[in-house]
Amino acid sequence: MATVDPPETVPLDGSDDVIRARHRVRDRAAALGFDLVAQTKLVTATSELARNTHLHGGGGELTITEVEDAGRRGLRLEFTDTGPGIADVELALTDGWTSSGGLGLGLSGTRRLVDRFVRSHPQRRPEQLRVD
Amino acid sequence: MTAVPVVRMRDALVAAMQEDIDDRTALELADRLAGEVAAHGARLVLLDVSAAQVVDSFISRVIVAIARVCRLLGAQVTVVGIRPAVAITLVELGLSLDGVRTALTIDDALTALGNGASGDG
Repeated sequence: MATVDPPETVPLDGSDDVIRARHRVRDRAAALGFDLVAQTKLVTATSELARNTHLHGGGGELTITEVEDAGRRGLRLEFTDTGPGIADVELALTDGWTSSGGLGLGLSGTRRLVDRFVRSHPQRRPEQLRVD
Repeated sequence: MTAVPVVRMRDALVAAMQEDIDDRTALELADRLAGEVAAHGARLVLLDVSAAQVVDSFISRVIVAIARVCRLLGAQVTVVGIRPAVAITLVELGLSLDGVRTALTIDDALTALGNGASGDG
């Protein structure tokens, strides 16, 4: 998968940043011609992961990169936080698992909204989650 | 972010979520609606989400909580105007606002309620 543009970075240190991240991803997805359903899924995935980064990861940033794969253009979103990392990522990606009293569908549900969901550096903490 | 406006209409309260509601504003709305239902004896709450482009797991959890709390206070909540793309995304996320009454338009919501329908929402 080739990257196209220089990446764009959005800080994720407060709840306003979560809104800003959603706006940037929506604008970039619309510019690439994503249809409304695809835009909505990607922006919703952004909202889940941006909130996670801000609330559980001690803040961090989102990097948006345009990518091309077999003639298809898309967006790669990398969420990097400054927190302790996810102790058991498979568990965290299970429906119904929660560390915060929620429904436990944030991470696991997000995986269903995107084509790829990768934990970029399993050996590394803080956490970096990537969706394409 | 500015608070969600809540309008009183006879025994109904109508709240219209804005395009881009943040978590704190949603929680504040939940508290305020509970207070207003109790203060005015409202029987219906119409939660218009037609402007919302994103309903993620947090906002949907708040919506379900609003419906449950208002039901305990004697009011029925109908979520109005979920966009098709938002509905598709919610289902893929594994969320379907279980137990919450929904309608496409405020008109539909009032018609359904006027027909003596009594829901579990």
